[in-house]
Amino acid sequence: MHARRAGPSAILIELPGDEAVSAAYELLTGLRERGELTAAEIVPAARTVLLDGVPDPDRVFRLLPEDLSTGTGTPAKPHRITIPTRYDGEDLDDVARLWGTDRAGVIAIHTGTEFRVAFCGFAPGFAYLTGLGPRHHVPRRASPRTRVPAGTVALAGPYSGVYPTASPGGWQLIGRTRETLFDLANDPPALLAPGTIVRFAEET
Amino acid sequence: MSLEIIRAGVRTTVQDLGRPGLAHLGVPRSGALDAGALRAANRLAGNPPGAAGLEITLGGLRARATRAMTLAVTGTPAPIAVGRRPADPGLPLAVPAGAVIDIGRPAAGLRVYLAVNGGIAVPPVLGSRSTDTLSGLGPEPVRDGDVLPVGPAAAPPPGVDVALCRPPAAALRLRVWPGPRDDWFTADAWRTLLGAGYRVSPQTDRIGARLTGPALTRARDGELPSEGLVLGAIQVPADGQPLIFLADHPTTGGYPVIGVVDPSDVDALAQARPGTAIRFTRPREAAAAR
Repeated sequence: MHARRAGPSAILIELPGDEAVSAAYELLTGLRERGELTAAEIVPAARTVLLDGVPDPDRVFRLLPEDLSTGTGTPAKPHRITIPTRYDGEDLDDVARLWGTDRAGVIAIHTGTEFRVAFCGFAPGFAYLTGLGPRHHVPRRASPRTRVPAGTVALAGPYSGVYPTASPGGWQLIGRTRETLFDLANDPPALLAPGTIVRFAEET
Repeated sequence: MSLEIIRAGVRTTVQDLGRPGLAHLGVPRSGALDAGALRAANRLAGNPPGAAGLEITLGGLRARATRAMTLAVTGTPAPIAVGRRPADPGLPLAVPAGAVIDIGRPAAGLRVYLAVNGGIAVPPVLGSRSTDTLSGLGPEPVRDGDVLPVGPAAAPPPGVDVALCRPPAAALRLRVWPGPRDDWFTADAWRTLLGAGYRVSPQTDRIGARLTGPALTRARDGELPSEGLVLGAIQVPADGQPLIFLADHPTTGGYPVIGVVDPSDVDALAQARPGTAIRFTRPREAAAAR
């Protein structure tokens, strides 16, 4: 584990990969729930977990176990979600070509993958889902679209994601869902919080 | 009870102390940019520190009080009139029913805060009434003709209280902590940041203050995977011109952060007009904290 200061009240913890991030995130949220860690925000990302709003970062530096990534915490039973998806995205053929398969092949791979919410960002409720093998990572589009509708299922780099609201976006669009990804009436408002296990199911 | 907005001015939004604790869901902190000024206005108006008030950028607000109420104006000093009579910032102001409140253009600085006893009572979104200009959460920016509900009085306004409302300095010193990604830059870049002067660019909003000045050069190429951002983070995009994140900053970002402005200096930065000179200094405590 390598931790860096980010100003007087925050620590950025670097981790080797997304599984280590998930384990560290679980461990740190567990420590906070048990009152052993004070942090206003615990923000997982691609290779880091940020602790912000920490009253005494030096104390937390000493308190953190040497290896956060093995997750010595007691992991909560992960929340599981299935997202019904209609696979008719504009970039489905491009993704099929990149993967050396056809439309049915893309659908089989996407619905056959167990995804996990590594982190959120970009917009409220936008979740970065990991789980696709390196063979199925895809580049972003050369120029982003000015408007991607809410509910669009998409791919970029190692991630899959679902746009919670209409926004500009450079991801490869493969389908859409009618699920509401971010609902202010729910607690938490994001359907896909960090750690959630996600499967996509084809809706015809 | 309500506040009728006759003229909203250049840019007026409802702000409280934001929605902390939700960054892991991609929800920005948001809240008053000059949080100290909002807290002071609330204290003067008899509210808890986190009650919602108006953040009035560059003045120009005209509003009518439907009932007698107590309000207070803080932030950068601007001409104030209650029922066409001049009034002072930094004091509780008794406003008779039907009176018109005018807040003119500040001579310096950017943001004036208006708190009313009872607080602006628009419906909270995720625990906050703040307008978040990045994600679109919270109320729409205030427009001409809006009628803003005012909550029941939280407590009687204080008998005598005063808050200092000073115009911001023409040149700003900001204490900056190195990291978390200062090692992505040349040693020269850090010296440049501390030694050279910067200016606040016109491309400055609630998300961040862009600066212009000598470019900060990277020591390494490549992309940084997205990581969590803090208030006051100095992000350096490819063009080398620093951007300091303010309240509506995104929760994660992919450009390296060379340093973090001390949170207690962020309120002053939020009042800095385009063209304001900025100098960075190293806080004494930062030397030990590595």
